Amino acid sequence: MALTTYVEAIKQGIWEEMERDERVFILGEDVGVYGGAFKVTEGMLDRFGEMRVIDTPISESAIVGAAIGAALMGMRPIAEMQFIDFISCAFDQITNFAAKNRYRWGAGVPMVIRGPSGGGVHGGPYHSQNPEMYFVHTPGLKVVAPATAYDAKGLIKAAIRDEDPVIYLEHKYLYRRIKEEIPKEDYIVPIGQAAVRREGRDLTILTYGAMLYQALEAAETLAREQGIQTEVVDLRSLLPLDKDAILKAAKKTGKVLVVHEDTRTGGIAGEIAAIINEEVFEYLDGPVLRVTAPDTPVPYSPPLEDFFLPNKEKILKAARQLAAY
Amino acid sequence: MLARDRKSQGVGPRTVSSSVRPATDATRVPDDASLLKMLYYMKLTRALETRIERKLYRQGKIVGGVYVGRGQEAISVGAAMHMRRGGGEDHDDIVSPSHRDMAVFLMQGVPPEKILAQYMGRKTGLTRGRDGNMHMGDLRHRLIAFVSHLGDSIPVAAGCALTFRMHGTDQVSFCFFGEGATSRGDWHEGLNFAAVLQLPVVFICNNNQYAYSTHVSRQMKVERVSDRARGYGMPGESKDGNDVLVVYDAIGRAVERARHGEGPTLLEFLTFRMTGHSAHDDAGYVPKVLFAEWERKDPIRRCEDDLKGRRLLDAGAVQAMESRIEGELDEAVAWAEAQPYPSPEECLTGVYHEQA
Amino acid sequence: MRNPGLSRSQLLEIHRFICLNRMVEDRLSALYRQGQIHGGLYSSLGQEGISVGTAYALAPEDLLAAMIRNIGSLLVRGVAPLTLFLQFLARGDSPTGGKDGTLHFDDLEKSLIGPISVLGTLIPVMTGAALAARMRGEDRVALTYIGDGGTSTGDFHEGLNLAAVLNLPLILVVENNGYAYSTPTHRQFAVESLAERGPAYGIASETVDGTDVLAVYAATRRAVERGRQGGGPTLVECRAFRRRGHAEHDDMRYVPKALLQAWEKRDPLDRLEEFLLDEGHATKKELRAVREGIGPSLDEAVRTALERPYPPPEETLRDVYHETE
Repeated sequence: MALTTYVEAIKQGIWEEMERDERVFILGEDVGVYGGAFKVTEGMLDRFGEMRVIDTPISESAIVGAAIGAALMGMRPIAEMQFIDFISCAFDQITNFAAKNRYRWGAGVPMVIRGPSGGGVHGGPYHSQNPEMYFVHTPGLKVVAPATAYDAKGLIKAAIRDEDPVIYLEHKYLYRRIKEEIPKEDYIVPIGQAAVRREGRDLTILTYGAMLYQALEAAETLAREQGIQTEVVDLRSLLPLDKDAILKAAKKTGKVLVVHEDTRTGGIAGEIAAIINEEVFEYLDGPVLRVTAPDTPVPYSPPLEDFFLPNKEKILKAARQLAAY
Repeated sequence: MLARDRKSQGVGPRTVSSSVRPATDATRVPDDASLLKMLYYMKLTRALETRIERKLYRQGKIVGGVYVGRGQEAISVGAAMHMRRGGGEDHDDIVSPSHRDMAVFLMQGVPPEKILAQYMGRKTGLTRGRDGNMHMGDLRHRLIAFVSHLGDSIPVAAGCALTFRMHGTDQVSFCFFGEGATSRGDWHEGLNFAAVLQLPVVFICNNNQYAYSTHVSRQMKVERVSDRARGYGMPGESKDGNDVLVVYDAIGRAVERARHGEGPTLLEFLTFRMTGHSAHDDAGYVPKVLFAEWERKDPIRRCEDDLKGRRLLDAGAVQAMESRIEGELDEAVAWAEAQPYPSPEECLTGVYHEQA
Repeated sequence: MRNPGLSRSQLLEIHRFICLNRMVEDRLSALYRQGQIHGGLYSSLGQEGISVGTAYALAPEDLLAAMIRNIGSLLVRGVAPLTLFLQFLARGDSPTGGKDGTLHFDDLEKSLIGPISVLGTLIPVMTGAALAARMRGEDRVALTYIGDGGTSTGDFHEGLNLAAVLNLPLILVVENNGYAYSTPTHRQFAVESLAERGPAYGIASETVDGTDVLAVYAATRRAVERGRQGGGPTLVECRAFRRRGHAEHDDMRYVPKALLQAWEKRDPLDRLEEFLLDEGHATKKELRAVREGIGPSLDEAVRTALERPYPPPEETLRDVYHETE
């Protein structure tokens, strides 16, 4: 079976949902003729036509607002942000209109807002951001961040079929670096379910997105060099969080390290540490530690960005510190 | 020499707008029954809002702020006359009212008692106590709820219209806002989006000259909100918003354009906010003379006089209409006051879709 | 072309800046192909007359905010090519210390404010800069740029409206270059000319041929005078064509060849040189000598920049907030 890249998996997922359900359509900047800045929508214009693959003006707020209106009229819009950094322009529509609509007057807004997030490609402060926590802090939204091609496809399908607005974060570093065999038949990855990527008894690493691979490499080294067996859990969904999976892994090893590429203060790691504290404190054999980006914008120059991004070495250092408890 | 290389087939620009079609001159005059209906709804709106603002609010029975459209009733009523309803999802129009368009709710079929329950934060209000005052919507009545962030509903209304275009129906999206909202980025993005995609939206601005305390001259440098239309390549008109027949006519023409695939229209109706921004605001910053001047242009009295002139109505009939309204409202208030508040735990439900 | 009253030496200076603009970008393009530039590179080929003509019409203390295709504006304002190379090469002594790339930098001593990737944001910012200048009794106008695509952003509207209401001396140069990434102008707005937006804000506006640097200069002068005399903002639409892709990676297949060829015939440098020769301001030999004079100095600047070090990694953490000495 052929290997499918992460970006191809996203595309397949959207494509299949558009074939399956004529309510599904996509709108955004350069999604039509150009096929999207990262080619996620390539070929869709020819297949589905201009009615369902809509090139828009540079108006993120209008893109999201129009998606909301269409969702209220029974459609299943997918709004692409050319880079997820530009989601800030649509912040009001997302957090005040889409997120609160169901709660206020019962009208759900099933829609997906997706786009490339994350660093590692020297994109600088405006093409590298991880904006998840702006939205994780907004009840009414769901936020997912797949790390594998299988999940990329399964989660985009789940997001499109979901009854509520979903922010779908595609890590651009993974677009063409990650590939795997994925099933031909239809499947979804349910939103709100984490996945154990590696079993271990000594230490748990909770992570998501591109950091999954750094964590797995670190786990491999820990096992090889010190015999430390690390459990690696891929959160996949940040809102809702899979609390059961988090608590289970915490109880299993008693030592938890949370790793994310997002900056430190207000990152999801703090929330996870609080949950673990509140619910399974007596199972812990050490503090919940964090490996995150520092509290700075994402810098452009290679040595700065390398310093900024968490990586295997930083994870190893924290994991060894934790293992020593 | 600009790029015009592709002729768009689907959702895309159909025409380029150097030749914005002038509005036809034919004036639409509603039939007698419609005239009476318009007067009735203007009066009902005024009476309902007066109860809310001047009675229930002062009695402490309203939860939160109160924003009324006193003096602006002709705009919502004249527009709502053109809203198609009662024919199902592929037939009915969709409406995004502003916070000064009470009449639209009433005319779309929301009973006054439900509105009162909404204002009182009761379980049976349109938002079940989750949001207050004019922040209410109900898709069964084809009403989209307003949010406090002005201008947000512009792209949303455009998105509704996009759906109509995708479905190939001749439904129309009605979008209301004040002149203050026109300064928002979303207003610009939404109008431009609708213009480029030639969407069936009627943009209806009630220019009541004050955004809270900000006079329209501090809001924009143009004389008329409709001056902005040309910048989007859509037709725009400014009309007397205190003459319901003028509103009826102008909206009718814009709706016709929209139904015929001719794209959006920007209509500005000049009016005056005969009250503060909200019930707590004494509008001390508004020169008194303006209130006096606009009082003389009161849309309800003008409509009433006109109908009397047409011999559709005499003083007795007016009185009968008014006492009928007062009676209806007495019942509505009593009903709303008897409604329970939501139970506290309901705070937690309905954030996300819940399986039935 | 018509001389709007410039002396021979001024005309030749403008010519020199256009040459410099083009030659700096040629060097950058070569560096990009060598893998030396880490982020994106956005060419202004065919639009140099806009950058140079507008910036040349300003006084040195006037406020200027370039966008990503306005390298020429910065050169006119005295930014050294070496500075630009350091910035693109992400070196430690670049204006941003390697924290950001492209033309994303400020130089307040030169009254230059830098852009961010989010289009439209400079318009309210420059409105505020103009406001501050007026509050302080300074006779300074503020000039910034926006592309045809950027006019669709909410910030364009809010910024221009605010400048209009406050009657500030803001000059907004709309560079209509036919495409926003892959999106042609007819999918961006439904008006023939963006100058039609002027009356929508109650401000002056005009459209000029952006390949005619002298026409651009003259229009900007009119706007500057208007601003200085309290006549408020001006929108100047300059029509030209983006003769390269959105960025260096983009092969712009979506642009019809004929269109491109038509605009190649309207090259701003060729047109200016023709004018200078026809009017007897210079000889072919003299014009060639200008380019030959620039070349070696740029090669030297590139060499110097390449030898400079990257910033030390710990620089990542600095300057998020004010730091006391």
